[in-house]
Amino acid sequence: MNPPAIEMKDVCFSYEDIIVLEDVTFSLKQGDFLGIIGPNGSGKTTLLKLLIGLLKPEKGEIRVLGETPHDAKHRIGYVPQNVGINTSFPISVFDIALMGRLSRSRIGKRFNQKDRSKVETMLKEVGMWSYAQTPIGKLSGGQRQRVFIARALVTNPEILFLDEPTANVDPEFETDLFEFLRDLNKTVTIVVITHDIGVLSSHVKSIACVNRNLIFHEGGKVTPEMMKMAYPCPVDLIAHGIPHRVLSSHVEK
Amino acid sequence: MWDVLQFEFMRNALIAGVLVSISCGIIGSLIVVNRIVFISGGIAHAAYGGIGLAFFMGFSPYLGAALFALVVSMIIGIISSKMKYRADTIVGVLWAVGMAIGIIFVDMTPGYTVDLMSFLFGSILAVPRSDILFMVPLDILILLTILIFYKEFIAISYDDEFAFIVGIPVKFFYFVLMGMTALSVVMIIRVVGLILVIALLTIPPYIAEKYTRSLGEMMFVSCLLSVIFTVTGLWLSYKYDLTSGATIILVAGAAFFFSQILDMIRKTGY
Repeated sequence: MNPPAIEMKDVCFSYEDIIVLEDVTFSLKQGDFLGIIGPNGSGKTTLLKLLIGLLKPEKGEIRVLGETPHDAKHRIGYVPQNVGINTSFPISVFDIALMGRLSRSRIGKRFNQKDRSKVETMLKEVGMWSYAQTPIGKLSGGQRQRVFIARALVTNPEILFLDEPTANVDPEFETDLFEFLRDLNKTVTIVVITHDIGVLSSHVKSIACVNRNLIFHEGGKVTPEMMKMAYPCPVDLIAHGIPHRVLSSHVEK
Repeated sequence: MWDVLQFEFMRNALIAGVLVSISCGIIGSLIVVNRIVFISGGIAHAAYGGIGLAFFMGFSPYLGAALFALVVSMIIGIISSKMKYRADTIVGVLWAVGMAIGIIFVDMTPGYTVDLMSFLFGSILAVPRSDILFMVPLDILILLTILIFYKEFIAISYDDEFAFIVGIPVKFFYFVLMGMTALSVVMIIRVVGLILVIALLTIPPYIAEKYTRSLGEMMFVSCLLSVIFTVTGLWLSYKYDLTSGATIILVAGAAFFFSQILDMIRKTGY
């Protein structure tokens, strides 16, 4: 039997004295498509960084694909949140995607034709092949996002983590992206952080809400208790049929 | 202008200028894209502690500078990986303490104290052949390191988190970068002095960054610019009898402002 894609048990994490995550326990099966929601500063990115091994938990256990995050690193794909940083760095789209072919065992060796053709395939996949030689700084936010997804896919991940991939991009890209991810989900487990519940609930299979604790819902429903946890203001939930749709009412202060 | 080359000190100065420009262009590019300009300044100034120590103990001041620069760069390397958000403060402290140590050691050195100005503002016209023989292997070391680990250095410079995930020992390469920075800084002190190190490390890469499409190109163009600045500055300083280090920096500074103005014109559409 396949081990779960993610297993977290009683995980706690704090920055200096501020507790960010407390007693997080949940498990996600392989092939799932998880959306993580939660207010700003609720620990979503921290949760992701724990899962990919960038941070170590203070307490508790984490397993990714049955291994520690450190050992599972080479099976993980990661699309970071701030794709807008370092835009003056002189590097082309192609060379960024090529970073996905780096590995510990090949340090100091040149990239080969196989590396390049893999990059070509993935850049075509995300529709950015015609920009291969363009400097990254010349692209729009959505285009950059595609390049970073291609870079993550070049690593041949079994599980893909995306941190707010739709922040600062046009709504059209958002729909495209989630359709693309849904296709990809046929072979890859996907975990995506987002603040947009609307697009989320019609595409993902499971939802988790983070705000120091974590509520997990298999089946992709945003429950009223998640909404209460995520948003301190009153919110209406409208959910009928499939896909589930959740619309929040506009509350004047 | 070719007649100046009949002097050996002038030929040495030219060779030193070119050799320093090579490490300057390569390491300077890495410093600029990694945003560790302040750290490189800290290493340069703290190296003065080693110069003072060398005078006091009676060994080569550049050996002293290299020792101090290496030690300080490793301390900074440890601190910036342990406490990222306080690293700049510590660098500031090391910067000042290193200089203070140097001054106190020179105070304590009996007899005639040497011309400290040459360390603060460089003395490219007094570079002996032995120093050139020391610069060549350093340049080769830096060039080889970058040639072999080029793709790894791009990865840690552009996105260290991603580099970590794909299995690159990010910290190890960061320490290598710190060490190479320390050694380059000592070479550059010879040419423009420790106060002006930052300018020669950052101005060529900063200009080059705007016109290049890869880190490798940026390094190459930085080296070329650096050679142009040093040679032009050297020639001007000889012709008008000016301090060579300061003249070199002013040439670089003039180019910097010129490129900024060009940029502004380009952006506003003439």
